[in-house]
Amino acid sequence: MKINQIVEAVKGKVACCQENLDKEVRFGFASDLMSDVLTLRDDDILLITGLSNIQAIRTAELSDISVVLLVRNKTASKEMVDMAREAGIVLITTEYSMFRTSGILYEKGLPPIY
Amino acid sequence: MQARFSVDSGDFTKAGSASSAIKRMLKQLGVKPAVVKRVVVALFEAEVNVIAHSYGGFIQCDISPEKVNLLVQDTGPGIPDLDLAMTEGWSTATDAVREMGYGAGMGLPNMKKNADSLQISTAAGKHTEIRMSFSLKEGEDGVS
Repeated sequence: MKINQIVEAVKGKVACCQENLDKEVRFGFASDLMSDVLTLRDDDILLITGLSNIQAIRTAELSDISVVLLVRNKTASKEMVDMAREAGIVLITTEYSMFRTSGILYEKGLPPIY
Repeated sequence: MQARFSVDSGDFTKAGSASSAIKRMLKQLGVKPAVVKRVVVALFEAEVNVIAHSYGGFIQCDISPEKVNLLVQDTGPGIPDLDLAMTEGWSTATDAVREMGYGAGMGLPNMKKNADSLQISTAAGKHTEIRMSFSLKEGEDGVS
């Protein structure tokens, strides 16, 4: 699924790296627990999380995750945006809950990892 | 090629900065992305452990054409029961660490999964020393 389709589906706002919206992700993974994110082996993952701090961005960077979607109307801090920009990570925010976000994207064809 | 980074106890604002720097080095050296990911994930787990559980320490990374060797050493307080600490889901992390998104008890098991070899030397009241090795030889993508 293309990133711009994800943004549209969750009525998201793009906080960083607009130039990468044409890229694709193959899987979705939803978690507030970065310890779980670090166990993923696959690439081209969309990370859906309510953890709005720089650890979420750092974990994405080190796990080769190129898109982070912040749910529950969380805002991205300047530090998060700066780190995401440096790593080329698309950072999206949505007002929707994690459950609703995941349901919408699953219904539109974004598969889970497990 | 060798690089060394100090890791401060409790400073989560810098968590992952050493792992990120080593990731850039490995990419610049042309190491395969799948190997880079294994090195960096295992190292990040160790880096977070030093910040979350120790009095501070350092990371040393040695890169040769054949392998990447990582040494992560802290100044204590050591792990009283290493077998227990290697159990998935077992954790002594504080609420503050969990609020950062870590502390699920996956760190040491995840290092073991990603490294080609893992050696841990520790005891209660002593420092903890972790040595991890990753092969860079063609065809050896061994995950333990």
